[in-house]
Formats: sequence, structure tokens, C-alpha cells
Amino acid sequence: MSTESPLKELALHDITVRFGGLTALDNVSLRVAPGRIVGVIGPNGAGKTTLFNIICGFVQPTSGSLTLDGQPWRPRPHHLNRLGIARTLQGVGQFAGMTVLENVMVGARRRRAEAEAMAALERCGVARYAAAHPGALPYAIRKRIELARALVAKPQILMLDEPAGGLDADEIGWLGTLIKETGTTVLLVEHHMDLVMSVCDEILVLDFGKPIALGSPAEISENPKVTEAYLGTAA
Amino acid sequence: MTDVKPKASAAPVPDTGLIVPKRRRRPHPVLVIAIGAVVVVALTYVLPPFRNYQLATVGAYFCVTAGLTVLTGLNGQLSLGHGALMATGAYTLALTQNKFMNLPFSFAVAILVTTAAGAVIGLAAARLRGPYLAGLTLAVAIVVPSVTSTFDETFNSDQGLSVVLDPPPEAFPMEQWQAWLCWSAALVVVLLLALLVRGRFGRDLRAVRDDETAARLAGINIARTQVLAFVVSAVCAGVAGALFAVLAQSVSPGAFPLTLSLFLIMAIVIGGLGSLFGALWGAVLLVVLPTLSQSVGEQTGSQRLEGNLALIVFGVVLVVVMLAAPGGLASIPSRITRLIRRNR
Repeated sequence: MSTESPLKELALHDITVRFGGLTALDNVSLRVAPGRIVGVIGPNGAGKTTLFNIICGFVQPTSGSLTLDGQPWRPRPHHLNRLGIARTLQGVGQFAGMTVLENVMVGARRRRAEAEAMAALERCGVARYAAAHPGALPYAIRKRIELARALVAKPQILMLDEPAGGLDADEIGWLGTLIKETGTTVLLVEHHMDLVMSVCDEILVLDFGKPIALGSPAEISENPKVTEAYLGTAA
Repeated sequence: MTDVKPKASAAPVPDTGLIVPKRRRRPHPVLVIAIGAVVVVALTYVLPPFRNYQLATVGAYFCVTAGLTVLTGLNGQLSLGHGALMATGAYTLALTQNKFMNLPFSFAVAILVTTAAGAVIGLAAARLRGPYLAGLTLAVAIVVPSVTSTFDETFNSDQGLSVVLDPPPEAFPMEQWQAWLCWSAALVVVLLLALLVRGRFGRDLRAVRDDETAARLAGINIARTQVLAFVVSAVCAGVAGALFAVLAQSVSPGAFPLTLSLFLIMAIVIGGLGSLFGALWGAVLLVVLPTLSQSVGEQTGSQRLEGNLALIVFGVVLVVVMLAAPGGLASIPSRITRLIRRNR
């Protein structure tokens, strides 16, 4: 699958974020090469979602900078869609007062919104819920609607915040296939290790805001520091 | 299962067994408005003069309730200050009309001034949420009428201003002419609102109301959407105020009290928040209920009841409608069809 324009390269340089006395991110650098699937993992509170919030402009870094295609870049949330960056939210943030189709149409910022929204719903296998209201649907379906809303804008960089949360094994299998087939750059925050290991080209491991490892899935799974962060130090 | 397998998927789509409603196509607004225009014109020929005057009043109220339901129902911004915006429109029309004696021009100036007022309040409102926004608009509702006594040389304090109008064409009775004026304004306003709301702007309004974070990620500029919604809604209130000035041929602060703003909110809630048809029902109630309670008050002969009975009646109607149909009067037809379908 190909996209209309060449994919963008996103990079974080020495990002530090402090909330009062808490250092949520400590000197994190990451280069997301075009077309790569990059996973961000770490225990709860490691700073994964903060990293996403930095890229989305919801949180300003205390120090450090971001670049997009090598240009210095200060993200603003409502500009992302136009720049080809789409993000799903951890707690399926959907518009309860709108139909599923309208929910997805909101993400399509152009003409022919309805046709594109239907295509995105089709792709995620939930087109027959188009006229329903999301609040009445089961969690797994809503997750797919959320994905459809991210995909409808034909993003170049897709940011998925725990897309597998609350899904069963079959659905996670489907999700993995979808991620691999998008053909875009993907940034993936996820706790489900099998999914991360099977789809990612590269994985960044965070622990208490510090980057402790960066490498291929094979390298990460053999890294003793990673095991320590997840399972604790051997007594 | 008959559904199409998704391309990327080996896993089946979870089957929920839910009955998903069919997508409904709504009739085009132009068609609905055209039918409305025919009905109104027909009514103006059969109704007696006083009923025609009341019909005109419904039209004027329809402008403001339609704008308010878009702001409060679709965009989620609660305004308790629309009575004050009506006053702004009314006074602007009165002052311009008395100076230039040109009604279309006076309307244009009234629209311009309320646009500016709406933009100023909207800019402040976009930074506020929930009760704080209500508080701000409430302050506007209280402050604006008292401006008239502060600058009494221009606004003539509590007595207000009279509006000098050219008499209507000989062939038509005054009341019929008023009904036409108010309803042509109302139908134009509602048509524009309906066209605006059914497209992308309408989706943006509701997205901002439902989830600001998700809306921003979808590319919506929250503040701009909220300010625009406020301006649109303020203009509608300004047009309504200007129409009232023409109807009464006078303006005074007493015509735009705080209770008017509260009545407007109650009316759109009873009618059905966010629905333009609901706004129409609300406008009808705004004329019918006070008239009804006035006649009841006269019959019982109690002087004390007269002023307050309308508020009580409105409150009771609000409670009853919310118990029977939480979606307001406009939701009743779809509730009935759903009931019938379920029992078949």
C-alpha cells in the first residue's frame, strides 16, 4: 500500500518533561524513520503516554526539541490532522452524541468525507454499525471505530495508544495484521508484548521516564535491563 | 453471517447481535422551509388580526430559539444571556431606524452590532466551561439592561425608545404584514442554520461538545469553533430582538429581563435540545404559555398570580416533558415510531 506523498520523518531530541517534582520523561531521543513501526513499551507510569502527548502538543517539553522532516517543529493538537499525523486515545474518546459514521467523518477533513468514512469503517470491519451510536456498542467495536477515525485521514504517521487494551486474542491478531498493512509510519504504545514483538521494527523501552533500551524486538527481548524493569531486580 | 469480511482481517468482527438502526435520510432543509413558508402564508390569510400578531411573535422567537439551540444543544455552550443579545439587536435597530428611517439598513446594522457583541462574549466564553460560562452569560443578561439607565440620554432609561416605522402597504393589514416580516426573517435564519449545521461545521460543533481532546486530534480548532458558534447564535438573537422592536414599535429594558433569557433556555429544552424543530416548538410555547397563564390568572382574579404564573407553568411543563420525553417535544414522533416497531 502506498500513500500520496513521501512519508515524514519525526524525531525527538533530548526531551525532558517535569511535572513539579516528577520527571515524566528524562532526556528521551527517538528517531522515527519513515515507514517504520516503532513500539514504545515500559511499565505503568514509565512515560509512554506523556511521550505521545509531547508529540501531539498536549504537553510542552521542559527542555529538548522536536523535528518533522528535519525542520524544528512545535506541535499543536489541531494541526496534526493536516500534517498527516493521527492518534487514537487510550480511553476510546468518542463523540457520544453522533453516529458511528459521523464520528469517523469528523476525522476526514476534506470533501467526500462520507465516502471516505464508510471506506475506513469497511476496512475496520464495522461498516454495518455506521448508523448506531457508539455508546451502545461493545468496547471491541468502539476500538475499531476509533481506529477507523484515525485511518480516515490517510495519515502518514499513525500513533496508537494501547490499541489492544481490552481486546481478545483473535482481535489482537486482526489488529497486528492491520498495523502491518497500513504502509504508514506507526508509533505504538502497548502493553501486549506479543503484539509489540510481532509487529514492531524497533522498540523503545522506558522506565520511570528514562530510556533504557532501543533496538529490534530480538535485541529487546534479550536485554537484561528490560527484564529487570518489568520483573524487578533479583533479590 | 452475511456481512462482508474486512480486507485486513482474519479474525471475525465481533458479532454483537445488536439491531443497528438503518441510516435515515432527512429531507433537504430547502424543501422543509418552502413547505413552512406556504403554511405560514396560508395561516396569515385565515387568522384574525390578533392571532396574526401572535404568529409574528412566534416567528421572532423562532429566530432566537433556533440560534440558541445550535449553541447550547449542538455546541454544548450554555448561554443565559441571550435576552441581552436580543436587547442589543432591538436597541440598535431602534436607534438606527429613528435616525435613517430605512428598515433594511437598520436590520443590517443590528446584525453587525450583535455580531461584534457575540464575538466579544464568545471570545471570553471559549475560555470558560460549564457553570463558569453560565455565570458569565448570566452577568451579561443582568448588565446589559442596566446600561440603558446609565446612558439615559441615548437609551432613555426605563421608558425606552419608540421606533418610527413607515406604515405597511395599504393593501395589507398591519398584523399580516408583521407576520410576513417576522416569518421571512425566521425562515431565512433557520434555513441558513440548517444548511450550516448539516455539513462539516455541524459535525465540528457536536464533536467539540462531546469530547474536546478527540476533536482537537481530529483537526478541529476548538476555540474558533466555539467563538463561531457564539457569533452565529448571537446574530440570531440580534435579528429576533430587532423583530421585537419592530413588532412593539418600541424598545425598553423591561422587555428583556433576566427571566426572558431563562424562558429561552427552558423553551429549547422542552422543545428538544439541538433540534431546529424543537426550537420551533419552543417558540410556540414562548407565546402560548404566557397567554394561557395570563387568561387563567385573570379568571381567578388574583393580581399576585398574574406575573408569576407563566414561570410556574413553564416549570411544570418542563418537568412533565422531561419525565415523558427526555429528548423534548421534537423527539416524540421518533419515540412513537420506535414503540410501534418494537411492539409489532
